[in-house]
Amino acid sequence: MPIEINGKSVETDEEGYLINLADWDEDIAGELAKSENVEMSDSHWEVVNFLREYYNEYQIAPAVRVLTKAIGKKLGPEKGNSKYLYELFPYGPAKQACKIAGLPKPTGCI
Amino acid sequence: MLHTVNKSPFERNALKSCLEHARDGDVVLLIEDGVIGALDNTEFTAMVKAKMGTVKICALAPDLEARGVSSKALAGIELVDFGGFVDLAAENGPVQAWL
Amino acid sequence: MSDEMMDEGGVVKKFMYVNRKAPHGTIYALESLEVVLIAAAFDQDVSLVFVDDGVYQLMKEQKTDGIEVKNFSPTYRALEMYDIEKLYVEKESLDARGLTTDDLLVPVEVMSAAEMADLMAQQDVVLSF
Repeated sequence: MPIEINGKSVETDEEGYLINLADWDEDIAGELAKSENVEMSDSHWEVVNFLREYYNEYQIAPAVRVLTKAIGKKLGPEKGNSKYLYELFPYGPAKQACKIAGLPKPTGCI
Repeated sequence: MLHTVNKSPFERNALKSCLEHARDGDVVLLIEDGVIGALDNTEFTAMVKAKMGTVKICALAPDLEARGVSSKALAGIELVDFGGFVDLAAENGPVQAWL
Repeated sequence: MSDEMMDEGGVVKKFMYVNRKAPHGTIYALESLEVVLIAAAFDQDVSLVFVDDGVYQLMKEQKTDGIEVKNFSPTYRALEMYDIEKLYVEKESLDARGLTTDDLLVPVEVMSAAEMADLMAQQDVVLSF
């Protein structure tokens, strides 16, 4: 089902993930966040941007365990823990943050 | 005649069979995993080299690039793109695909 | 299976993934990688081995734009973060192809076919791709 933004139509799959990664921009991220009932703050953007960089580097959306560890390494232990990440993305940091970041659903995420 | 080979010589004997059946002046184009047959310093390099005087051997450049082996292609092998593939098919009569 | 360990109530088994195909021409390499990443969640003792044309999966500088398929080779560099650290490459397979570990994009342990056969015999589960 396509989402409409600024007169542009963007394709998503049946779960709301972007079909084409290249379609992503910050406006679309905002729209995807709205569909997840997530109010984007700087902390949210930090995780979303981290995920985009991670994907760019490894061509994979990380599993939540790996995301937590990698964030801890880059942004410090106060952010690299599941409590912090679940507060930002209550329905699963990997799942929700990946969707907002325009990435595919993480491999192994049911 | 144009022969295409799309399997690695380590995996199947298609390249060997193809080279044995290629006549002087024929063209052999290596594509997909077949480009492994175009590489230098492998167990199959000598077999390919032995045919290079009488048969023109080409490889599809995008398939070499995809596998990270462009720099290892045997000297004397002609690299072609998809347009070149079409030209070879058009210029060399029947196409035999060795699968 | 005398060397089984108990880990948080679960049994840790030795899993080996045997990779024998060149990437991109067939789906085996990508399928194997996806299974490895999914199974990583189960905290098992995982070894990845690369033999025959499977060694080509680890080649540096793969660029797939020209054939319009996904370049999944950077994902091998993420395996470490999934706690998959046992990557083995067979010496005979490298030699037959004129390759060395300098051609590969991740650090690996090189072993002979005989050593690999021994390692294979120690596994609980061997999955072949």
